[in-house]
Amino acid sequence: MSTSNVNLGLTNVGPETHPLTWRYTQAGKAVTEIAEYEALEGYSALRKVFTSQQPADVQAEVKNANLRGRGGAGFPAGIKWSLIPMGPDAGQKYLVCNADEMEPGTFKDRFLMESLPHQLVEAMIVTAYAIGATKAYIFLRGEYLLAAERLNAAIAQAKTAGYLGDNILGSGFDLDLVVHTGAGRYICGEETALINSLEGRRANPRTKPPFPQLAGAWGRPTIVNNVETLCNVPPIMLRGADWFKGLSQGKSPDAGTKMYGISGKAKITGLWELPIGTSCRELLYTHGGGMADGLELMCWLPGGASTDFLMPEHLDLPMDYDTIMKAGSRMGTALIMVVDNQQNIVSVVRNLEQFFARESCGWCTPCRDGLPWTVKILQSIEAGEGEAGDIETLQQLTRFLGIGKTFCAHAPGAMEPLQSALKFFPGEFEKGIQA
Amino acid sequence: MLTANTPYSSLIATEKGQPFLLTAEEREAIEHAMHHYADPRAASIDALKIVQHNHRWVPDGAIHAIAEVLGISAADLEGVATFYNRIYRQPVGRHVIAVCDSIGCFLTGFDELYAALQTKLGIKPGQTTADDRFTLLPVVCLGACDRSPVLMVNDATHFNVTPANIEQVLEQYP
Ligand SMILES: Cc1cc2nc3c(=O)[nH]c(=O)nc-3n(C[C@H](O)[C@H](O)[C@H](O)COP(=O)(O)O)c2cc1C
Ligand code: SF4
Ligand code: FES
Repeated sequence: MSTSNVNLGLTNVGPETHPLTWRYTQAGKAVTEIAEYEALEGYSALRKVFTSQQPADVQAEVKNANLRGRGGAGFPAGIKWSLIPMGPDAGQKYLVCNADEMEPGTFKDRFLMESLPHQLVEAMIVTAYAIGATKAYIFLRGEYLLAAERLNAAIAQAKTAGYLGDNILGSGFDLDLVVHTGAGRYICGEETALINSLEGRRANPRTKPPFPQLAGAWGRPTIVNNVETLCNVPPIMLRGADWFKGLSQGKSPDAGTKMYGISGKAKITGLWELPIGTSCRELLYTHGGGMADGLELMCWLPGGASTDFLMPEHLDLPMDYDTIMKAGSRMGTALIMVVDNQQNIVSVVRNLEQFFARESCGWCTPCRDGLPWTVKILQSIEAGEGEAGDIETLQQLTRFLGIGKTFCAHAPGAMEPLQSALKFFPGEFEKGIQA
Repeated sequence: MLTANTPYSSLIATEKGQPFLLTAEEREAIEHAMHHYADPRAASIDALKIVQHNHRWVPDGAIHAIAEVLGISAADLEGVATFYNRIYRQPVGRHVIAVCDSIGCFLTGFDELYAALQTKLGIKPGQTTADDRFTLLPVVCLGACDRSPVLMVNDATHFNVTPANIEQVLEQYP
């Protein structure tokens, strides 16, 4: 299969209900040509904004819409944008799209870019206008070659059509949009590391403050947003903040739809655009058909490797930022991964920690040294050769590598699946300790 | 002939004992990439990829040659080259197999696939087959966990790869 299942089983997929995916579902294929995209309301948000609205209007609408960042942390985009200096003296500003998608379990941005490249291009033009950035980059992971090809083609077509370049639609606003492809390291997704990488440096994170909104790429004010976050901007501008808030259908105080997904041994894996706040049960059992034959659900990751495990008893919770946080995890990217009852949870956690250990940028000691140590202990428990005190050491590591103890959120993220596995499955770890 | 203007990079012998010189096309492509950014350094990764595309890997001499074009120190560029997973500072085979070893693929058969590949190729991860055909490497989540296990060979991504169909994938790469 060269594309994901998208919206499988959903009916009535239209612009009013599925702003991010309706074009793909209606066309039944990727929409890569500008004429096809324009025939499906494409660039109409851009036309509306550039002919009748000021940057402040766009910022206000997005803030009202309560669009929260879809890259994992859920920070409101409108508030982030409002921190960027505006006005004639603001100087050079940058917009950077975080298209580094490397969080294990996440495959939504790949779909959005491969199948609807113009949607992201339009979104970036409107957003750049809103924040007054005349230069924008799509920071794309190097492995996404098809996405790079299609985005570059879309950019060229948008230039020819006058949507990009100098004096866009006679507005006096200029924008240069460049696809920057990376060379692979998970940490590049952390926004300040991403900026270092964009500048051609090692992708070590930077101290915050100063926040990128004030001093980002080349020391200039910079907004970094995820692909999915940005793709929500044109529909918000076309249909309004109130419509966007209504999309969650009262399932959640959060607004909009969300790209949800399933991986692991479910019957059907893939992506679904659903009202934000849809429960995991609906996602997994109504849309994903439940677990594969003969398997049962042991636990699940709500949104990537760096989120705490949740249990079957959490299936009915609405999948939104605050609810999943209250349940002790994070919604993260909202692409769930199901762990079936034939897996060994210690091996699963060992695999996760190997990933984090290898991808540590090495800048700060707790993460650089603590993660390989974690892996070593887990390997010995997995082999049934754990020693007395190992579990206590793991518990201690979850604190020493926790929030506030390391230079960035990589190590605390790594501790989330470990601490939750220790909490839910203590017996599985104890089994690996030698008597 | 050595003069005061001889570029330092041309004094660094490559593995074959020849000095490394960028081709005119490589230099042009690097200079083109530099225009996209406020500072030429930002083209570091582009430049490393341009050279790697032609040589399969980035030889020592290329580090010096590229650094000169970008106007940065070779040590800085080496720091960048060694940081990123997909820049190779050692020779690789004609085809690089990058197998996703992250959790989605782990849950759906990565161990069996990786073992089958190692047996078939007779190499361990990080090694290259004696006929120089394949290098085997692990890679982080390739963003296709719904179609796992996943691997890339060079620039192409292959989905739902298992020990049963791995041969069909490999035979596409002579
Ligand atoms: C270790 C680490 C990796 C991250 N990887 C990504 C990523 O691949 N893609 C992404 O959009 N955000 C990633 N983030 C989150 C970004 O730092 C940042 O919050 C996000 O790009 C902001 O965009 P948003 O507000 O639109 O979500 C990562 C964060 C951390 C700490
Ligand atoms: S926590 Fe890890 S990834 Fe983050 S700065 Fe420290 S070493 Fe680097
Ligand atoms: S975990 Fe292998 S593609 Fe995501």
